Amino acid sequence: MLASLVGFLGDFDLAEEAAQEAFAVAAERWPRDGVPANPGAWLTVTARNRAIDRIRRERTLAERARQLEVPEATMDELDDTVIEDERLELIFTCCHPALALEAQVSLTLRALGGLTTEEIARAFLVSEEAMKRRLSRAKAKIKATGIPFAVPAEHLLPDRVDAVLAVVYLIYNEGYSGRIDLAGEAIRLGRVLAALMLDEPEVHGLLALMQIHHARREARFSGDELVLLEDQDRSLWDAEEIAAGRTALERALALRGRGPYVLQAAIASLQAEERIDWNEVAVLYGQLAQITHSPVVELNRAVAVAQAGATEQAFEIVDGLDLDDYQYLHSTRGELLRRLGRTVEARVAYERALKLASSEPERRFLARRIAEL
Amino acid sequence: MKYAMLIHEKPGYVEALAEDEQKAVFAEYMALAEDPRARGGAQLQPIETATTVRVQAGQTLTTDGPYADTKEVFGGYYVFEADNLDEAIELAGRIPAARLGGAIEVRPLVER
Repeated sequence: MLASLVGFLGDFDLAEEAAQEAFAVAAERWPRDGVPANPGAWLTVTARNRAIDRIRRERTLAERARQLEVPEATMDELDDTVIEDERLELIFTCCHPALALEAQVSLTLRALGGLTTEEIARAFLVSEEAMKRRLSRAKAKIKATGIPFAVPAEHLLPDRVDAVLAVVYLIYNEGYSGRIDLAGEAIRLGRVLAALMLDEPEVHGLLALMQIHHARREARFSGDELVLLEDQDRSLWDAEEIAAGRTALERALALRGRGPYVLQAAIASLQAEERIDWNEVAVLYGQLAQITHSPVVELNRAVAVAQAGATEQAFEIVDGLDLDDYQYLHSTRGELLRRLGRTVEARVAYERALKLASSEPERRFLARRIAEL
Repeated sequence: MKYAMLIHEKPGYVEALAEDEQKAVFAEYMALAEDPRARGGAQLQPIETATTVRVQAGQTLTTDGPYADTKEVFGGYYVFEADNLDEAIELAGRIPAARLGGAIEVRPLVER
């Protein structure tokens, strides 16, 4: 509803006020006259008409006065598909690269996630006042700079879709710090995007990736201790959510998606199998490394190669990586050296990892590994 | 809406090019100036010609140049009429300085 109003009015604040007024009218009338057949459309039409009244009353800016020429909306033109279509435009506005990333994230949660300003503030550990300022600065920039309320032109679309997905994935990853259920919120947003962009493989890939990871959230920790994938209690995995993720992945693959989110989802799906095909995982990490040129992805490929049994080959990959300050390079190196029987070197590598480890559960985990050598 | 495109360029970036490339770049600037959406613009003389003026306690202080060792300097601007920021960004992307080590600052004008 808010999306539709912003699209119609071209003004966030006006749309929000109008929506609130419409809810107030509904609260007064519905108990008396009964709930209308299509409550969503009723609210949107009421809000639009209220907003038009307000514009008429104020007539402050020429811009707004011009909008008086727009005929009042009737119930007929307003079915749910119109409203959904405009949600897509709203997403692209909120995730416009001319806005600061933190503003994109906050706006998306406010306008599309339906979180309150106070909830968003709590999720990002800032005061409600500060979040209010951040949101109004972003809305002011949208208005002042003419950020369009539109689905971008074809040639801009791939980049802009990437920007939207980056915002959603950021929200998802914030969810792991365990405050408000942002991970769940990100998945909900992912579902909305998947319904709106049926033919964009990466949209379905991201949804699949988030769902399959999220399905394992209960198994990832035992108390405060980190549990590795191979030691996780699979009965704690959410089978339904994994199945939903795989459905999204199949759609992405059917669309010939081979982008970074699709590949990561395919890897997550393989890792949720009873018996993991590590050769296949290694191949997928290889493809992902070609796209991202990320040494961290190469490190993951090395782990998969090692799990597939080729320890020597894995060690060669790890030794060629320029990741000296990265804890997991050293812990992986330690593990590979241990498997190769080079215990003294393994200890050195593990100790280096221990020095770099930032969380207490990880430090305990590494200390246990050293003690076991 | 009207957008100013403030061109922050790497000093000497045109001179660093081969002669035929310099001609091509110049032609690109001319083509942008002749775009039907162009509403004005100007190219500034190099940074060495700059003079800075300040008035402190009624005294006019004049100094040579702006501060030294700036990596990007303001070299000129266009004003374009565009429907929205996306169209403005696309125009800004066509300004040669943007791909030759400089950057374009896009700012909407105050409409009166």
